[in-house]
Amino acid sequence: MNGLNMKFGWRDNFMDGLRPVRELENFSEINGVRAEIDAQGLKHKELNDLLFHLVKKGAREISIKNVFGQRYIGSRIFLPDAQDKVKIDVYNFPGNDLGVFLGGHYINVHGNAQDGVGNTMDSGQIVVHGRAGDVAAMSMRGGKVFIRDNVGYRTAIHMKEYKDKVPVLVIGGTAQDFFGEYMAGGKVILLGLNLKKDEYHKAHYIGTGMHGGVIYLRGNVEEHQLGKEVGVRQLDDSDWEVVTKYVKEYCGHFDVSEQEILAGKFQKLLPVSSRPYGNIYAY
Amino acid sequence: MYSHLLSEFTVQRMDDRCIRCQVCERQCPNEVHEYDKELDRMFTYEEKCVGCQRCVVMCPAKALFVRSHPSEYRMNASWTRDKFQNLKKQAETGGVVLTGSGNDKPYRIYWDHMVLNASQVTNPSIDPLREPMELKTFIGRKPDTLKINMDGDVPKVESELHPNITLKSPVLFSAMSYGAISYRAYKSLAMAAKEFGVMFNTGEGGLPVEMRKDYASNAIVQCASGRFGVDQDYLNSAAMIEIKIGQGAKPGIGGHLPGEKVAQHVAQTRMIPQGTDALSPAPQHDIYSIEDLSMLIYALKEATNYEKPVSVKIAAVHNVAAIASGIVRAGADVVAIDGIRGGTGAAPLATRDNVGIPLELALASVDRRLREEGIRSKCSILAAGGFRCSADVLKAIALGADAVYIGTAALVAMGCTLCQKCYTGKCAWGICTQNPYLVKRLNPEITSQRLVNLLKAWSHELKEMLGGMGINAIESIRGNREHLRGISLEEWELNVLGVKGAGE
Ligand code: SF4
Ligand code: SF4
Repeated sequence: MNGLNMKFGWRDNFMDGLRPVRELENFSEINGVRAEIDAQGLKHKELNDLLFHLVKKGAREISIKNVFGQRYIGSRIFLPDAQDKVKIDVYNFPGNDLGVFLGGHYINVHGNAQDGVGNTMDSGQIVVHGRAGDVAAMSMRGGKVFIRDNVGYRTAIHMKEYKDKVPVLVIGGTAQDFFGEYMAGGKVILLGLNLKKDEYHKAHYIGTGMHGGVIYLRGNVEEHQLGKEVGVRQLDDSDWEVVTKYVKEYCGHFDVSEQEILAGKFQKLLPVSSRPYGNIYAY
Repeated sequence: MYSHLLSEFTVQRMDDRCIRCQVCERQCPNEVHEYDKELDRMFTYEEKCVGCQRCVVMCPAKALFVRSHPSEYRMNASWTRDKFQNLKKQAETGGVVLTGSGNDKPYRIYWDHMVLNASQVTNPSIDPLREPMELKTFIGRKPDTLKINMDGDVPKVESELHPNITLKSPVLFSAMSYGAISYRAYKSLAMAAKEFGVMFNTGEGGLPVEMRKDYASNAIVQCASGRFGVDQDYLNSAAMIEIKIGQGAKPGIGGHLPGEKVAQHVAQTRMIPQGTDALSPAPQHDIYSIEDLSMLIYALKEATNYEKPVSVKIAAVHNVAAIASGIVRAGADVVAIDGIRGGTGAAPLATRDNVGIPLELALASVDRRLREEGIRSKCSILAAGGFRCSADVLKAIALGADAVYIGTAALVAMGCTLCQKCYTGKCAWGICTQNPYLVKRLNPEITSQRLVNLLKAWSHELKEMLGGMGINAIESIRGNREHLRGISLEEWELNVLGVKGAGE
């Protein structure tokens, strides 16, 4: 930095003062395929540098302690062999964009997550033992995300699918506005387990602009909470198969009773057209 | 409803030349020509003609003329023909008027109001045919200072260097997505970029897997609001990544690839079902602020191990200089600015023709702002939107661009005649269509050669003009406004551009 002509100064919060990996190794322990990181005081990039470094050294089951807001956990891990997967346990509070672009790995969060969980995720699985912030599962295109409690705004926006590559998002609590907006594919299950009896889901503009995929919603919503591109249907047998399968998985992760959940009232929200804006143009 | 619209074009067939070969009938995707066997006569439905000139070029007997329709409304400076026609079209359909390619309105084209310098007597000009002339360009963040230590006789760079891409000439192909354009058009761009040593931009429609091995190293891949086809392999295979915030032809609005264009392979590349509309939301829903943008920039750097420069492309709008400053501070290595004359596969006419500002003014003010703030070296600037010739390119570089993106110019080289009907999916030149019958009109081997020829010709012209100024490297003219003078410009325009008037 020569400091000349600096009108407002220059500060790069993200990149300034990074330590090289060899210095960071003290924050970790590796034992065969298992490794542990103490993330206390590590910057975003340092943590991911170290994580990827351990993976390159052979670690495949890594637990990260004292995580406090570090971003992008898991995104750096890109392994040439697509079958080669890493399992990461995060204690306690990862930062934004956890598992953004995630390519096939498993992340277990023992605490709350922030914004952008599974953003543009490609494959793999994220389980959050707590709540998640805004834009969870945005543009997600494969893999699974399970969130025990609530999610924030704009969840599952523009999720998409292609053939058998279908992303799945299961949320135990409720969601905020713009839930499933612009959805183009995927399966989203919203369970509303923490709503009181007869309490309605909170979100408005559910599925606005939706043109693919499906939302299974347990509990009540009023019609005005739904976007106008959304139709409401009863579940048929194949729907129940899907719901049962993923509710089972959800219960497996969080140790809750499956019967009680499945006994609730489910409805299916799906787009009324795959081309919602097909005739607004003058040709 | 009986249409009140006048035909746009008239088609004249010189019957004494016509040999009834029916080439025109087969060539026209709009069904303008029809052969009647019994009468042995060609019929014409000129109201369907879009003026693409395909039949005119293909007619072996040179029997066809297509020109603007002679029927006219009463002269009216306010109610021009296109205002009339568009209004009537809307009265008939109640829809938004769509259009393709770039703005055709007579906004001032500043390239035509600036002239370049040449040296006389005091600084000898250089002949590029005899002397080396460097057009090589590096795109990406540059270090503030370069510390070099001598290791014995070997110089060693001590400063941290940021990832950069190398271009043989400062001209790249602008973002045109597979889906908007045909596979063969897309591949032609990729082949030409590779052969000439420049880059093509995938747009936001993904990069077909089978092309990655050969062409990804010349690809700039986009991550846009639709996030189509974005995965780790896509990001890691590319040379550079571009976050698309906006596009000059349609600032502030999203994209919309109609279901008809989402054919099987397009669907696979975008990873969405065949036949559904590919909707790109107007904003990226994880970016509502500069801080959010920063988050995506670093997410992409994380996903690619900090090995690739990340560009952010915005449309030229009123506060472009302040926005660009924010983008650089957010961590972008490249800022791409797309001006009001930038092209598109489809945009509402009202937006294309009225939203945004000319590239020249935006470019000059961004370059100046970043210099004033002392952060110009932190990024490269790519300028896009309406480059028609090498002189435009050189003027843009003198105004501060590192390199330029060409879109429309590349399409024209491939055959496009700017008929503006790209959104219909019936491009007669096989470019903006997924119809297999039309797509076959392009042969990537030949089409890419046209593109390479264009790059070659422009590069040579750039060298000639540089040589004339006594400059032997494109680096030396970058942001060098002393080599520009304005002609018939107002004072405020000269001020924004930062150039003197001619004669000063
Ligand atoms: S292509 Fe020319 S010669 Fe052939 S039918 Fe058409 S107008 Fe006649
Ligand atoms: S690409 Fe095709 S449809 Fe679009 S303007 Fe050019 S010739 Fe017309």
